[in-house]
Amino acid sequence: MEIVWSVVVGVFVAAGIYLMLEKHILRLLFGIMLLSSAVNLAIFTAGRLTPGELPLIDSQALLPPENAANPLPQALILTAIVIGFGLLIFALMLFYRAYKETDSADVDNMPDSKEGQ
Amino acid sequence: MSSIWLTLPVVLSLSTALTIFFVRRKALSVEWLSGTSVVLNLIVAVFLTQNTISDGIQVVAFGQWQAPFGIVFVADHFSAAMVMITAIIGAISVFYAMADLRLKPSYGSYHALMHMLLAGVYGAFLTGDIFNLYVWFEVMLIASFGLMVLDATKAQIDGAVKYVMLNLISTLVFLLAIGLLYGATGTLNLADLNSKASTNDPGINMMLSALFLFAFSIKAALFPLFTWLPASYHNLPSGVVALFAALLTKVGVYAIVRIFTLVFPLVESGWQPTLIWVAALTMLTGVLGAASQFDIKKILSFHIISQIGYMIMGLAIYTPLALAGAIFYIVHHIIVKANLFLIGGFIERKYGSSQLAQLGGVYKTMPWLAFLFLVPAFSLAGFPPLSGFWGKFLVIKSSLQTEYYWLAATALLVGLLTTFSMTKIWSETFWKKPEVDNTARALPANVQWLYCIPIVVLTTLTLIIGLVAEPFYQFSVQAAEQLLNPDGYIQAVLGGKA
Repeated sequence: MEIVWSVVVGVFVAAGIYLMLEKHILRLLFGIMLLSSAVNLAIFTAGRLTPGELPLIDSQALLPPENAANPLPQALILTAIVIGFGLLIFALMLFYRAYKETDSADVDNMPDSKEGQ
Repeated sequence: MSSIWLTLPVVLSLSTALTIFFVRRKALSVEWLSGTSVVLNLIVAVFLTQNTISDGIQVVAFGQWQAPFGIVFVADHFSAAMVMITAIIGAISVFYAMADLRLKPSYGSYHALMHMLLAGVYGAFLTGDIFNLYVWFEVMLIASFGLMVLDATKAQIDGAVKYVMLNLISTLVFLLAIGLLYGATGTLNLADLNSKASTNDPGINMMLSALFLFAFSIKAALFPLFTWLPASYHNLPSGVVALFAALLTKVGVYAIVRIFTLVFPLVESGWQPTLIWVAALTMLTGVLGAASQFDIKKILSFHIISQIGYMIMGLAIYTPLALAGAIFYIVHHIIVKANLFLIGGFIERKYGSSQLAQLGGVYKTMPWLAFLFLVPAFSLAGFPPLSGFWGKFLVIKSSLQTEYYWLAATALLVGLLTTFSMTKIWSETFWKKPEVDNTARALPANVQWLYCIPIVVLTTLTLIIGLVAEPFYQFSVQAAEQLLNPDGYIQAVLGGKA
């Protein structure tokens, strides 16, 4: 299972980096989005996959059952998704504004910080 | 109840940010709230530092969840010093902004975002949990995004696109590293990681530390990942850029120092030779970049990079003296750099430009400002007896002791080139006869005072650190010893069962 998910993460990262090398500003954003999903999946996979075992503690027991899923990576991912969502929305707005200001969605055509102005 | 001092800086800043957001259109109440909050934070920081010096490392666990399961805030000497200096810069920025940004429509939002940023910075300095560190990094990052596009001018948005892209990448790599580190060790507590990470397979540790180093190198603007900094900083209003220059990159440096002393001790991690090269190249590229610029803000932005090199050099040499030098240097640099940006901003406001070609003859109209500029400028270049001299002296001495002669030579050369840049600003701005007709704008007396008081305060601090260096040096040495020998830290956090 872990192997399969690792491959999925790898494909996501590859696609994300490929997109980030593009000139179109929206593709940059898509690249970041793919990359952030890849990272979330990687955290999930690194926390070990134990399908079918809930991390719930029985009313009599003090500890969760053996092999129970680890809830912590999911908590981490949840936090990361919320934060990532906020960042992406900001980036989307910023890129849209940059596109409006420069009339171009091509990063090479943006005037950069021109030396000497 | 000494633990309250650990949480107050974050709580105070966050609640101030929220309150200000709701009254952001009323400039006067914003100023009162903001001013009170930074002064209170200053007092809190003094108590925190006091407690850390007298009672050793301070720890507080949230919600009674003991480490390593709960999130802890820890303050050792290094953290306390960083909190103290952040509080000073926070206070300075608030009062400077009253002069610099008051007439802008975004004035209220500036204060709200600034306190948010301060909360993130305090949190990052105090937390003892690596995922929590990520969260505080994000708080800081989101606030800095907001501050970056405060005026929403075309130039600012251009700079912000680069800043946002590179910081998003750095953030994702940091998050990935945390996830994999958790997968490899099963813990997120920094103190707990110290023992757990050392039992890992060396290959895994090599990869994890590479990821952390990459992520923090972007934040700290190390060679070769510094390009976002000079591309974005010079478009910002001076009050904002002083805050950024003082704090943002230093949080990256703090994180590198923390991770590479506590989690992956630098010598065992195998990154020491790389880091030494990175330090030398960061110093050199920064100062050479500055030499080719003709705008006060751009020159100063490049100098941030070159100064970061000295701090990393202190870490890379990894002896107690070198690390003490690095800590001393961080404190000195924050004060001096913020001050230079404040002075640059004041000149820009007075003369309507920060381009060297447009300026000149400032000495004639404001000779006292020339003196106030000279102190931090020479301190940056490392003239004795100013604060920069001692910082440079410590790192260079330790590089000679460890026989990195070429590194010491590079550091000295960079110091010389820094002098070149500073004299360039000096002669073009203060001495040269203005080529274009450029008369100083008259500012109301109270605005002028608000500009000058922060500058005077920071200059005085530079002089104090330079002339009475001994207690600051002793403090740095103790901080360095705590970093290099983390047993005390681990014991304080995990309660003796380390």
